[in-house]
Amino acid sequence: MMCNDARLLLHAYLDDELDAAQSVAITRHMQGCVNCAMQYADYAQLHKALAQPSLYRRAPHALREQWQALKPATEAPARVARLRRPPVALAMAAGFGVALLLIAPMWIYTSSQRGGDTSQLIGDAVSSHIRSMQPEHLMDIVSTDQHTVKPWFDGKLDFSPRVKDLAGEGFPLVGGRLDALDGHSVAALIYKRRLHVINLYQWPVSSSDSSLETSQWRGYAVIRWTTGDMRYIAVSDVNEADLRQFVLAFQDDATTPPMR
Amino acid sequence: MPADFHNLGHDPRAAGSTSFDVCVLPHLDAAYNLARWLSRDDMDAQDVVQEAMLRAFRYFNSFHGGDARVWLLAIVRNTYYSLRTKAPPDGMHEAFDDDVHTMSDEQPTPEARAILALDVGSLQVALENLPHSLREVIVLRELEECSYKQIAAITGQKIGTVMSRLARARERLRAELTRHSTEARRHDVQ
Repeated sequence: MMCNDARLLLHAYLDDELDAAQSVAITRHMQGCVNCAMQYADYAQLHKALAQPSLYRRAPHALREQWQALKPATEAPARVARLRRPPVALAMAAGFGVALLLIAPMWIYTSSQRGGDTSQLIGDAVSSHIRSMQPEHLMDIVSTDQHTVKPWFDGKLDFSPRVKDLAGEGFPLVGGRLDALDGHSVAALIYKRRLHVINLYQWPVSSSDSSLETSQWRGYAVIRWTTGDMRYIAVSDVNEADLRQFVLAFQDDATTPPMR
Repeated sequence: MPADFHNLGHDPRAAGSTSFDVCVLPHLDAAYNLARWLSRDDMDAQDVVQEAMLRAFRYFNSFHGGDARVWLLAIVRNTYYSLRTKAPPDGMHEAFDDDVHTMSDEQPTPEARAILALDVGSLQVALENLPHSLREVIVLRELEECSYKQIAAITGQKIGTVMSRLARARERLRAELTRHSTEARRHDVQ
């Protein structure tokens, strides 16, 4: 990607308006381009500064009262709260990010049986999951049909992901997306569990099969395993038991080698 | 000036006013925020919102669900530009902005970046100095937190246009805010 393209895409990236493939491209570009990365940092700063509540002009009382007076007197007062994403949510998101940074070293220490890479990977997977929950960022391809979702990945990845609908098990497939984890382009499948979203990431690896490893991170359950040269990570805010059930259902399918 | 709403041809309390209250009134702040940033004046903003709310009320029948905020903000925007007829909503500032476009891409020095002035006062001045076409986009995006799609719907532009205007708006804000804080040093840098 050239800086010229990046200049426009930086903003869309900041606003979470890029699809996953473009997000990957722009992140890569910024890793290699100090100038663009610096600009991005500025815009991110600006973005945050513009969210200051004092810049927001609220309707004066007179105006509000005038319009509320239109209502029949018997009616309860209308809720005039704006449906804006509350700053609290932003603060929480920022806080979460900071907490993640602060706690990461400790986390690496506590879950070190597989080294820091794993923790990094889990962190990435959870962040990716969280990012995917932001508006219009979840799916590149929306379909409940595995025969639509699977071909969609053709030519976008250098491997063919396993896609299966688990609606029968209570985990309907709702779509797919390209994402990046651990420096790989990965296929992300999106499943639903009632109102919860499950992201299942997969990409090819050369390491041998491994059994399920479960982690918890601030209410997010993460299960990872390797089967048939494919690495999988499932992330969701459903409880661990449900996620486990999901993983078993995914593995159970005849096309997947049995779990070890 | 907007007509007094008490003199409307029909009774606002008639059927429909309840759903108007529920759908539209909650977005009064959003309406005012946009009007205020567009007009940069309290009184003008109130006039615009008043007139826009009247229009919204009158045409509420034509609102068939969807995002009431987007619908109302589009009315506010149109109202603003129609009340201020000498400034067409689109196109006027394009050439001028393109100049800025090329200029603002100079390599930022690390010092410049560190002292981006982001206090409310500087931000307000910088925002108010933007041309309307850029200001409306940045206000909708940053203050109103609209998606590109919503901004496109409100301003009647293509998403690509929204994107490039937003980029220009930010580039310009950045240049302006950097300039403010580096005024003294700027001559040395250049």
